[in-house]
Parts: sequence; C-alpha cells; structure tokens
Amino acid sequence: MKDDVFTFLAKLLRDQSGLALPRDKEYLLESRLAPVARQHGHQSIDAMCAAIRGGQNRAAERDIVEAMTTNESFFFRDTATFDTFRKSILPTLLTARAGSKSLRIWFAACSSGQEPYSVAMILEEERARFAGWNVEMVATDISNEMIQRSRNGLYTHFEAQRGLPIQLLAKYFDKEEQGWRVKAPMRERIKFRPFNLLESHSSLGVFDIIFCRNVLIYFDLPTKRDVLERMSRQMARDGVLFLGGAETVIGVSDRFAPHPGHAGIFVPAQAVALDRAVGQ
Amino acid sequence: MKKSWLIVDDSRVIRGIARGILRDLGFETDEAEDGKQALEACIKRMPDAVLLDWNMPVMNGIEFLRELRAMPGGTTPKVFFCTTENDMSHITQALETGADEFIMKPFDAEILSSKLALQGLA
Repeated sequence: MKDDVFTFLAKLLRDQSGLALPRDKEYLLESRLAPVARQHGHQSIDAMCAAIRGGQNRAAERDIVEAMTTNESFFFRDTATFDTFRKSILPTLLTARAGSKSLRIWFAACSSGQEPYSVAMILEEERARFAGWNVEMVATDISNEMIQRSRNGLYTHFEAQRGLPIQLLAKYFDKEEQGWRVKAPMRERIKFRPFNLLESHSSLGVFDIIFCRNVLIYFDLPTKRDVLERMSRQMARDGVLFLGGAETVIGVSDRFAPHPGHAGIFVPAQAVALDRAVGQ
Repeated sequence: MKKSWLIVDDSRVIRGIARGILRDLGFETDEAEDGKQALEACIKRMPDAVLLDWNMPVMNGIEFLRELRAMPGGTTPKVFFCTTENDMSHITQALETGADEFIMKPFDAEILSSKLALQGLA
C-alpha cells in the first residue's frame, strides 16, 4: 500500500472513529478494505481512495470505518468478568439502588450484540431479585450494520456455540433455518442505537454500569483520555466501568480508579465525586 | 495428572479430529465406536469427561448416557453431546438425561475449548 494511501486512510479513521492505526497494522487495511473496494466497484483499495479523495463519497467512507471498527465478539467473553458482574457488582448495586429500584446499563461498543445479550441473560436468570425494578439497557456501536445485526439477534451455528452454555441457548434462543435467534422478549429489552464515542455522551443520560471492553485499545492516548472523561460525566458516583481485562485507566485518566481486587473494573475517582458535589 | 476424555463416535474421522483437539489442549484420550464399547471402557476406568455422538450402531448416545448415569461413579464425568441432531427436542432430551453440554456438529477447536471453559475443564 502506498504511503499516501495509508496516511489518507489512517486520518479518515482517526477523524471519524478515533481509531489509531499504526503502520504495522497495514495488513488489516488490506484484508478488511479489499471487499469494501470491490463492493463500491473499484479494482483496488488505492483506486477507492483516489475516488473518495476526488469528491464526497460518504457511503464509501462509512463502509471503510465500519469495516475497520468491527471486532469479533462472543457470548460471555472472559467468563471471569461476567462472574464478577453477577456475584459482586450486581448485588452491591442492588443494595445501593434498593430505594429507586432503577438500574441503567450502557454497552458502549456492542459489536454484534453478544455482550449485551450475555448480561440480559444473567439479569433474566436473576429476575427474582429484580421484581418491580426498572432496568434499562442501552447498547451502542459506531457501525450501523452491527446495530442492525444486534437488533436482529440472529447468530450462526458457530457464533451461538462460542461461550454460550447450552442451557441458556435452549432457554433464550429459537432455532431458525439460518441459525439461532434471541427470543423476542429478550431482544426488546435492549435499546440498540448507532453512536460514535467521539460525540457528546450527554444525550445518553447517567448510567450505573458501563461496559466498554476492548475498545480503548484502538484509540491513541488523547482519544482514550477524552472518551474516559466523557464517560465519567455519564456515570453515577458509585457506578462501575468495565474495560477489557488487559486495559487500564492508570496513566490515561484520573477520572476512574481501579476497583479493588478486580482486573479491568473501575470506579469513578474521588475527583469525579467532588466535581459532582460542587455541581461542575 | 492429565484429565481423561472418552471420545465416543462411530466415525473414525470425527474421533481423529476430537482426539487432535483434546490432546492439543493437554488431555489424555481414549476412544469407543458405540455406546456399548463406551460403557465397557467406563467400567474399566471412569473418564473425567465424555464426548458423545448421538446416532451410533449397537447402542446410541442417549442410551449410553442413561446407563452411565445409573452406574456407580457414573454421575462424575462431564458429558458433552457432540452431534448433528441439533434441534431443540434433542437438546432438551440430552439435558434431561444428564448431559452437561451439547456441541452441534460441525464444530471446531474454538467451540470445543469454549465449552470446556464453561465446565471448568479448560
């Protein structure tokens, strides 16, 4: 790939999605964008970029961003995280919210939907503890295609088997000709909508739990810091942020602090609580 | 000590694939071609886990599972059905008879290892 093409694509991706693409990831551009180029009638990625540069082509730009920001997901990815959610985080918040009986959860980059559906299944399994509660789940992703896939809740034979206990498959999915579809009541419990993490988060409201796992790793440091700061403003003062097991806020943002004893889980730092207390 | 698997399938090809994946994951494996052979193997030495086909000659998978669970020590092994019979009625019957997991063929190493993790075997 020519240098100017790489530079053009890296800038496009950074500007539109925050994705930081180092030169050693050029192979990802080659493998993921070749089908996009063909789909838009170009012989090569170079030809597609030349056409985009020649004039506005929002559809091709959008498809490039979608192709590069779509990442693999599977049910109950990192089982330890979901165990912690169920056994530790959820009971604590259930006690803390016993008065309001309200819980809001945001999945900030839901990809093809396995993460929000995994949490929805946990909540359903624990439903006896949520009698009379208002639990709102909002799942967003930059990709319209992923949001549509998530809403459809249809998973292939392989996707439906990766990480999903058979008891839950039997309980919450229907078998269809093309694969396994999440049952309608479960799909309707989650509000799926396209959303770019670089935009203002304020329209989303305040959340008790935010899942943003394995997303920040694709951003450069200033973008990570910016996204974490925006998220901190949308989080209840005793809320919980889930990042990927290998991700951290240390050295990135002082808005969150590690949750004692749980890798990849963070809580708002004292500074955030103080900001709120003085109305900032 | 390595945990042991009994692979029960009348297809030599499937047994070979499963053997390769399980050995790569660090398990010891033994094999049987049908449910009757599998029961005999379990009498000699109860495995830690069983990968079990449904349709087999002589004794099918569900008949084997029923007899296994009634044997002394037969409730211990984790049983993973691994079959092309993947409609909901077969899944339900397998779970009601005492299967721990259910793998729908075709499967790959990722599916098998993720199912093992769910049962604490990975």
